Amino acid sequence: MKNDIILAGVGGQGILSIAASIGLAAVANDLFLKQSEVHGMSQRGGDVQSHLRLSDKPVSSDLIPYGKADLIISVEPMESLRYLPWLSDKGWLVTNSNPFINIPDYPSLAEILKEIKKIKNHIIIDADVIAKESGSARSGNIVILGAASPFIDMPFTSLENAVRKLFGSKGDHIVDTNLKALNAGRECSIGLRI
Amino acid sequence: MKKLLLLGDEAIAKAALDAGLSGMYAYPGTPSTEIMEYIQSSEDSSDHKVHREWSSNEKTAIEAALGMSYAGKRAMVAMKHVGLNVAADGFINSAITGVNGGLIIVSADDPSMHSSQNEQDSRFYGKFAFVPCFEPSNQQEAYDMVFDAFEISEKYKSPVLFRITTRLAHSRASVNLRPGLPQKELSLPVDPLQFVLLPAIARGKYKSLLSSYESLRYDSLISKYNNFKDGNKRDLGIITCGIAYNYFLENVGDSIDNFPVLKITAYPFPKDLIKHITGRCKEILILEEGAPVLEEALRGILDDGIKIYGRLDGTVPRDGELNPAIVAKAIGLPLSYGQAVPSLVKMRPPSFCNGCGHADMFNSLIDAIKPYGSGHVFSDIGCYTLAALPPYNIINSCVDMGASVTMAIGASDAGLFPSVAVIGDSTFTHSGMTGLLDAVVKNSSVTIIISDNSTTGMTGGQKSQATGRIQQICKGIGVNPDHLRSIVPLRKNHSENVCTLKEEFEYKGVSVVIASRECIQTATRRKRSGNSMNNSIS
Ligand SMILES: Cc1ncc(C[n+]2csc(CCOP(=O)(O)OP(=O)(O)O)c2C)c(N)n1
Repeated sequence: MKNDIILAGVGGQGILSIAASIGLAAVANDLFLKQSEVHGMSQRGGDVQSHLRLSDKPVSSDLIPYGKADLIISVEPMESLRYLPWLSDKGWLVTNSNPFINIPDYPSLAEILKEIKKIKNHIIIDADVIAKESGSARSGNIVILGAASPFIDMPFTSLENAVRKLFGSKGDHIVDTNLKALNAGRECSIGLRI
Repeated sequence: MKKLLLLGDEAIAKAALDAGLSGMYAYPGTPSTEIMEYIQSSEDSSDHKVHREWSSNEKTAIEAALGMSYAGKRAMVAMKHVGLNVAADGFINSAITGVNGGLIIVSADDPSMHSSQNEQDSRFYGKFAFVPCFEPSNQQEAYDMVFDAFEISEKYKSPVLFRITTRLAHSRASVNLRPGLPQKELSLPVDPLQFVLLPAIARGKYKSLLSSYESLRYDSLISKYNNFKDGNKRDLGIITCGIAYNYFLENVGDSIDNFPVLKITAYPFPKDLIKHITGRCKEILILEEGAPVLEEALRGILDDGIKIYGRLDGTVPRDGELNPAIVAKAIGLPLSYGQAVPSLVKMRPPSFCNGCGHADMFNSLIDAIKPYGSGHVFSDIGCYTLAALPPYNIINSCVDMGASVTMAIGASDAGLFPSVAVIGDSTFTHSGMTGLLDAVVKNSSVTIIISDNSTTGMTGGQKSQATGRIQQICKGIGVNPDHLRSIVPLRKNHSENVCTLKEEFEYKGVSVVIASRECIQTATRRKRSGNSMNNSIS
């Protein structure tokens, strides 16, 4: 088993929580894991990415080689495209459809979605709307994790447990809304594939 | 066995705590910051009363750590690579004094300059100072090496350099922990003159440093981290340093059996193993993260030995960090590639946060300086350096911590008027204060704007030594109180702030304008606080 995952977004959008959830689940499943993240300069509203590698064998490189990623998980549509050189031909791209516009030359959303739809395996969901329906506008990142979960080779319950653990210190309410967000994202994604 | 999911930085921090650390000293700097942060938030440190306050700069950090070592206890210092330039005097001389309690200096290099102004390779410093240097290739190794680094430090009475790079510092993996060791007891050096580098004493100490550096090479605490593995074929031998090994292994997988491989993760270089691999192979490929340190040593000036591939002949790019693709190409393996990035994808550079005081300060500065034309503003390192980018385009320098003040002095000496410096609060106490003293003593005609957001923002909002002290520091240094001004950088104060700045530009002496407004990130975090993450996975 091997899952090479690229997480993409803009600084402050919560991709490190996605990474931490998958990381906790991987450890619970006794998988080997390397997860490289970007800190520092690029967090000020710049693009951020994380390489997450899960395997049942030891992982060598902290970085995923080009063309070898099984999955791109993006919380922002334009950012999902930035990492196409890493996506394998069989890989999936799961992205939020809501743009984060903090640059003057942000391209037209319709054009971006058109590019995403050219990718053979893609899932586009409106994570912000689903997050709101689940009770917390701020859990869009966890909705996206849910939407990507069918492509991660670990039992879904282990991701649920990871979310419980990750948000445990913030109280039951936050745990519940995030679990709802996770499940809603997953259902939406499964629905889109049928 | 207990396991934790840790960043490379955190693995080093945890190991130091488990190895009986008594004092951690650091100034923030990407990618090293999380070492101190881990120690500050760890329960182990509060249980065992480990000293763990930020220092004003890397030099004060290393000297405090040396004092801890003098008293017989284990100390660690962490900094980004350029911090070692600031700390170099203490570092190099600590090799000559030697240590008492174990002393580890972690220097985190940033090849490809993800968040830095250069990509210098700290291994040069190891050789320069004649101290042993470790360069772990993964998180587990980083953890384990710290124990041996303390041991070798005490055995040879030498500080130890611990060189890491961005990809290890900021990559997480699971790490097996060892049982913790107790802290050392207070015990002073046996020789009361050990730390007195008078020339007559230093000469003798330097001689013994030179000879002990040679014997280090063969000490098992070093040599166990340099391993040779033979291959089925003898055409191409591979030498990797540090994390370069991972990219090599990623590419060759099981066919590693075809290559003789020397994996180096500790220095001084294992001369015998290098002779061994070069003696049995036709050609050698050297993979190093950072500068071609080993490669230059091997080629020498004559470069007339075995055929060597590496960074110096273009097999590997001369600069920048390694990655799996670069290494694949160097070995001659086919490259994989996904799809090209569609042309509509735009760059998304970092920018000032909404509600950042620096931004409002710069807007006032832009209007105030306009009549004098461009080219008057020296700046420094921090979030405020973003004013070099559009739409501000207002600063003309960013060189090293504190250089805004001193470059403004020199340019003013040369006749530039007005000569303006913009410096952050943490950078000011790091290295700006001494420059301010120079300005006061010679009464330079400079205007120094201290953009005080009450935090060390760029590196994630660590406590700033300057907070609440800037006024007094400036007064104490001797700034004329009439030209020590305070402004609040808010849009509503814009015209007032422009006036204050213009007045001070026209003053022919030292002016300091303190622009104070709390960083929006730390302010928000302070309001929200209490969201710690539990990463214990035992
Ligand atoms: C010698 C050295 N040490 C550390 C750093 C890392 N560094 C860059 S900016 C910065 C902090 C700046 O803080 P401050 O001056 O308060 O400005 P802010 O980012 O808060 O605006 C640090 C620690 C560096 N570049 N050089």
